[in-house]
Amino acid sequence: MLSEENLKKVEKLKPRFQTTQALTLPVLWMIQQQHGWISSEAMLYVAQLLNVPVSHVYGVVTFYTMYNQKPVGKYHLQVCTNVSCMLNGGEELRDHVCERLGVKLGETTSDSRFTVTEVECLGSCGTAPMMQVNDDYFENISLEQVDELLEKLS
Amino acid sequence: MQMVGQTSPSVSSVHVVCHNIEIKMIEFEKIILTEIPNLHKIDIYEQYGGYTALRKALGMTPDAVIDEVKKSNLRGRGGACFPAGLKWSFMPKQSAKPKYLCANGDESEPGTFKDRQIFELNPHVFIEGALIEAFAIGAQMVYVYIRGEYKKWIDLLQVAIDDAYEKGYIGQNILGSGFSTDMQVYRGAGAYICGEESSLMNSIEGGRGYPRVKPPFPAQSGMWGCPTTVNNIETISNVPAIMNRGWEWYSKIGAPKHPGPLLYGISGHVNKPAVLELPTGVLLTDLIYDYCGGVKNGKNIKAVIPGGSSTMWLRGEELEGVRMDADSLKIVGTSIGTAGVIVMDEDTDVIKVLTRIAHFYHHESCGQCTPCREGTGWMEKILKRFLAGEGTMQDIDLLLDVANNIEGNTICALGDAAAWPVQSVIKKFRGEFEKRAKKSPTVSQYVKPPHLVETMLNV
Ligand SMILES: Cc1cc2nc3c(=O)[nH]c(=O)nc-3n(C[C@H](O)[C@H](O)[C@H](O)COP(=O)(O)O)c2cc1C
Ligand code: SF4
Ligand code: FES
Repeated sequence: MLSEENLKKVEKLKPRFQTTQALTLPVLWMIQQQHGWISSEAMLYVAQLLNVPVSHVYGVVTFYTMYNQKPVGKYHLQVCTNVSCMLNGGEELRDHVCERLGVKLGETTSDSRFTVTEVECLGSCGTAPMMQVNDDYFENISLEQVDELLEKLS
Repeated sequence: MQMVGQTSPSVSSVHVVCHNIEIKMIEFEKIILTEIPNLHKIDIYEQYGGYTALRKALGMTPDAVIDEVKKSNLRGRGGACFPAGLKWSFMPKQSAKPKYLCANGDESEPGTFKDRQIFELNPHVFIEGALIEAFAIGAQMVYVYIRGEYKKWIDLLQVAIDDAYEKGYIGQNILGSGFSTDMQVYRGAGAYICGEESSLMNSIEGGRGYPRVKPPFPAQSGMWGCPTTVNNIETISNVPAIMNRGWEWYSKIGAPKHPGPLLYGISGHVNKPAVLELPTGVLLTDLIYDYCGGVKNGKNIKAVIPGGSSTMWLRGEELEGVRMDADSLKIVGTSIGTAGVIVMDEDTDVIKVLTRIAHFYHHESCGQCTPCREGTGWMEKILKRFLAGEGTMQDIDLLLDVANNIEGNTICALGDAAAWPVQSVIKKFRGEFEKRAKKSPTVSQYVKPPHLVETMLNV
């Protein structure tokens, strides 16, 4: 489930922590980076790899919002609607993205390209409105720029 | 050789003269977000005096370093303003167990976007500060916890850490001093609560981010039950300048009881939102009108959140003369928090904004304590009633009652953080609620729902 390279990384990380349990989050990140989401088989794998109960891994996956418990589109669009963004058009941005792609929040387009979610403050309040696409921030983004971006990614 | 921070006089000097603020601001120079180009590169950082503070500290005793920081009066920038040197002194001098430093880069408080500037523009000032702190408290490992969404900034910091390892600033026998420590970045995965220090430690231990009951405090029992200190990224980034210039120099910057440069983040309805490094104690109105170009479309201000979403609101009419430091804001009934200022113009629907904040806390509650888990949900629900035009006059008091019952009755301060905005908005904008309330109340007198009281006491 993990690549050779990632398995090597795991070994290198081990001495940095008192327990292997501490590697739960880093290993889940590796899984998600490779597979895009975290399946129940993956959770079982992580539990065995780190020698922790699978219930523990499940508990972690469900606690943190960034671990995808089901597959998401190739591009995960995350629109912030917290205060500073809201004051600068974050909700309009959210609605615009949903409308353009014809999906509701949390849904994925039928071609599996885009998933849209609404997120809490991403620390980009001074460059609102903003949207995160996978790992990248798009800040100070206008509706026209969003259209262009979606066009490019389609 | 020019020391880090000795840039050409910053814009503040010009400004300060014309506004006749205390003279000391004229001398203000930035120490974190300086104007030196490419300071994120280790060579440039060294060229401007970088890592000399570490060298100096390693030649002192750990106690002398702690003493220097204590006297400087540096206070935490993560929200609670706790004196940094005092916190370090709580760490046991002798310990059979390893000791740890956790640097808090979770930065998830709405309205806060400063630590990422440090990762991007001056990561080495943070790394150097963390190494000095690790030496002072005897930590063999520095964990840098960074919110999961900050992937780009994690990568930027990692480059800087790798460079510092290569140059021998981190690792075994640092600069021949005999002191050794390591630095490990830990990526969060989307949970505001992990910024709370004990939750952060549980997260690094690889678990759910549940806050712990205190005491014991981290200095007695932190990571895996070992002595641990948690400090904010910005707090730590102040340390090199204190070592280089001495506590006397540092303690004279800005507000005497809360000195130093502060990274203010101003957002919302201002023309030029920004992160600005200025002394503590600048006038809130100066931040908004002079540094950030005033309110968009020349409108008036209805309300300001001074220090991130957890802090009490101020009305537009209350801003005159308010200074941005811990004590001054306390006097006007609020707090400095993370210095994340959110400005709302005269047309803002404050109930809508408050509802969004209430939603945030409800979403982010870890669910351990009943008052927080249930109370945040109720507050959101009641506020939504007002948005839908279904709220009643009784609902205003009910809302306040729920908030009052959360405050002080929870394991961690998220409960308080959820209650304070609600309490302050009702206090300051009660009229808005009354205007929105349905005119024909169905209950003639407000009665405390019995189960509410019971649940609250049933913690
Ligand atoms: C709900 C909650 C969230 C917090 N989030 C952060 C955060 O994102 N960053 C931070 O530095 N401190 C945060 N804190 C404060 C930390 O618990 C802790 O006080 C701080 O990291 C200590 O560092 P300092 O003394 O240098 O400020 C949070 C506290 C609470 C209650
Ligand atoms: S106050 Fe809220 S967030 Fe904090 S421990 Fe209790 S339930 Fe969790
Ligand atoms: S409010 Fe949207 S990034 Fe902070």
